[in-house]
Amino acid sequence: MKNFWKSGDPFIWITGGALTFSLLMIGGLLFLIMAKGLGFFWPSDIAEVRLKDETKLLGQITAREKIPQPGAPPGTPERYRIQLQIGNRDIYGLDFRWVNEDEIAKIDYPRSAVLLERREWGNMYGFINEIREGEVVVAQGNEESWIVLKDLLPQTQDIYKTIKRIEKKDIGDFNYKIEKLRLDIRKLELQGGDQTSMQANIKSLEDQIEVQKKLYRNKESELAGLYEKLTEDKIIVSTIDGREKEMSIGAIVRAYRPNDMSLLDKALLYISKVWEFVSGEPRESNTEGGIFPAIFGTVMMVVIMSVVVLPFGVLAALYLREYAKQGLLLRIVRICVNNLAGVPSIVFGVFGLGFFIYAIGGTIDSLFYPESLPTPTYGTGGIIWASLTLALLTVPVVIVATEEGLAAVPRAITEGSFALGATKFETIWRVVIPVSMPAILTGLILAIARATGEVAPLMITGVVKLAPELPIDGDFPFIHLERKFMHLGFHIYDVGFQSPNVEAAKPMVYATTLLLIFIVVVLNFTAIVIRNRLRKRYASSVF
Amino acid sequence: MRLPLGKIKIRDDQGYDTIIKTEEFEEKRVGQQVDIPNPIVKIENLTLKYSGTPALIDINMEIPKYKATAFIGPSGCGKSTLIRCLNRLNELIDGVTIEGSIKISGMDIFDPKIDVTELRKRVGMVFQKSNPFPKSIYDNVAYGPRIGGIKSRSLLDEMVEKSLRSAALWDEVKERLNESAIVLSGGQQQRLCIARAIAVEPEVLLMDEPCSALDPIATGKIEDLITELKQNYTIVTVTHNMQQASRVSDYTAFMYLGRLIEYDITEKIFLTPSKKQTEDYVSGKFG
Repeated sequence: MKNFWKSGDPFIWITGGALTFSLLMIGGLLFLIMAKGLGFFWPSDIAEVRLKDETKLLGQITAREKIPQPGAPPGTPERYRIQLQIGNRDIYGLDFRWVNEDEIAKIDYPRSAVLLERREWGNMYGFINEIREGEVVVAQGNEESWIVLKDLLPQTQDIYKTIKRIEKKDIGDFNYKIEKLRLDIRKLELQGGDQTSMQANIKSLEDQIEVQKKLYRNKESELAGLYEKLTEDKIIVSTIDGREKEMSIGAIVRAYRPNDMSLLDKALLYISKVWEFVSGEPRESNTEGGIFPAIFGTVMMVVIMSVVVLPFGVLAALYLREYAKQGLLLRIVRICVNNLAGVPSIVFGVFGLGFFIYAIGGTIDSLFYPESLPTPTYGTGGIIWASLTLALLTVPVVIVATEEGLAAVPRAITEGSFALGATKFETIWRVVIPVSMPAILTGLILAIARATGEVAPLMITGVVKLAPELPIDGDFPFIHLERKFMHLGFHIYDVGFQSPNVEAAKPMVYATTLLLIFIVVVLNFTAIVIRNRLRKRYASSVF
Repeated sequence: MRLPLGKIKIRDDQGYDTIIKTEEFEEKRVGQQVDIPNPIVKIENLTLKYSGTPALIDINMEIPKYKATAFIGPSGCGKSTLIRCLNRLNELIDGVTIEGSIKISGMDIFDPKIDVTELRKRVGMVFQKSNPFPKSIYDNVAYGPRIGGIKSRSLLDEMVEKSLRSAALWDEVKERLNESAIVLSGGQQQRLCIARAIAVEPEVLLMDEPCSALDPIATGKIEDLITELKQNYTIVTVTHNMQQASRVSDYTAFMYLGRLIEYDITEKIFLTPSKKQTEDYVSGKFG
């Protein structure tokens, strides 16, 4: 036995086992997220479930589980139940329903069952009765209506897009200009000075506002016309239990009959749904639609953070390693820096709120934006403050990694540079930094990995549930660092735990999680590729 | 105090005076045994301590211009330390204290007014282990001139070619100047380091065991190069290899335990050394 331990074999098994266990955990996690997240977009068939009591249900089967039977004697047959997404929230009140399998008489998949994805109230499952244009009936019966609907839907989609563009761009522009002019007037009033010229200036600005308002009203009437057109065409759908529902075709995002689709059609629909998820805006308090603003916010925040944290961390590490006098004080500083990396992130969040937002942001507001006070411009959460807070959170990581890299630069190389008459600065700039670049980038990779996953400090420094505008748009100065933004991590929390319809949002949580992991991987991978290239370039025989 | 006839007072490195017989002194008298024609480096009473421990003790010597001078001696005798004094590279190490003076072309290199980077441009150095920068071959050679402020591409091209030709490396690398220097073989890397050092046109070229990491063929090339280079540069080399010292150098200095034991024309050191220690060392009895 003693020899058995001595041989070291069990130790190899233990170490290998530990690694396998960790890998299995990670693999299981990824598998769960992928299975749940990716399956969400698949247009599965619509089942018509007839129960033994003659009730009929129509919907997609989303889950199947064993019914717990506490206290049942052993040998009792296992019972299962299925979860149906029956949709029609406006009629039934609930999207989901559990059905015990032993209550089911029959399951059919009627070819003509249709699924309507709507802008409001979630999915609708049913059969189309008729389609009307105004009061005129243009199609009746399921088949005929379906053909007409397929023609009409793209048209209404176009109208809807036009409306959105006008609302977002044109109306947004007017509002932006009017607000700007209003602020200009306020600025003039605050400046004071010669009354007559000021009044004249204000008058001219007010005239401009009037012009803009007139243009605005014109657009608004155009918009009203479009809205009327959008709601003109109506569709009447009957549910499985015979109730009829009338709604405008403009309220429909997508209509399809999954039971009548080939695998290829389903795959194409799947891709289009995934694309909508990645590129679209959220609907229904984030539980439906896309998450593009959150992706954009996350990536932009990480980029700003990297731009800030990299030079700061590297400069600090350079001082610590190359210039500072090695001694007790430096050791203490180093310990402090290392410990800083372990401070809970919410602490940094509170600091960001107090220092960046209230102190710095507040000062910027009172100096540069007095005209818009009491509405804060920089004195409230925004992407710049969130990024700076994260930069502060991750700067110790960069410092530690960079210091290690600097310490690993071979003495022979720095001496070679000194021997050629280079000063310390020239040596650091031309030799030491390039050689330690891979280590510096390792620090950045760690910083990015930590920052992308961080949520707590962001919640108090600028992340919101729904940001009306992206931090980058067409209005001067194009990059609006003071704007609040959306973030994938917060999105997961919000959709999963704060939404009114938790059951419907569940798959969305998995899909968002998958995307967040994907983004972390992409960001890291990019940095790793750059690092490896540098490593190849600066690989030195003396390492 | 007058000393009795036949006795002499000497001061050892701890600062204690002792009185010994003159004959003993003759035996103990160490250092330069020969008049150096046209000296470029003058070392006077040089003592160097690492955090109080003496590594060089009272070195006095002159190094001739346009000749190759070799330092030999067992490990730890201070020969590397001595040549690293000539470009003040020892100062990078904490706790080094230096007394005495070194003059190169009449300039006192320890003068606080001297710009150390200027000194290092005049006194180039090649290290024991080749240490090319992880840059392209071209950038390696152009490093020194660029530090010196030369930006003109054509001038740099010219200097790079000239230096690589002088280092007998041009024909081997002229097709791939933009490749990384790391891919060169050990001997090529060392010649690249020599090219890099002479690109700044130093007066003195220090070589700290330049061949110790190389195979015999690469060593032969470097030795030929040294013979070639001493036409235009004063070469000071440190070596463990006594055949090498006898092959390439005009003058040889033998050091032992921080002292310069004997310094003379190379043939004399190897054939008729005047000190017992030198004889023991060059004949391989110790070291």
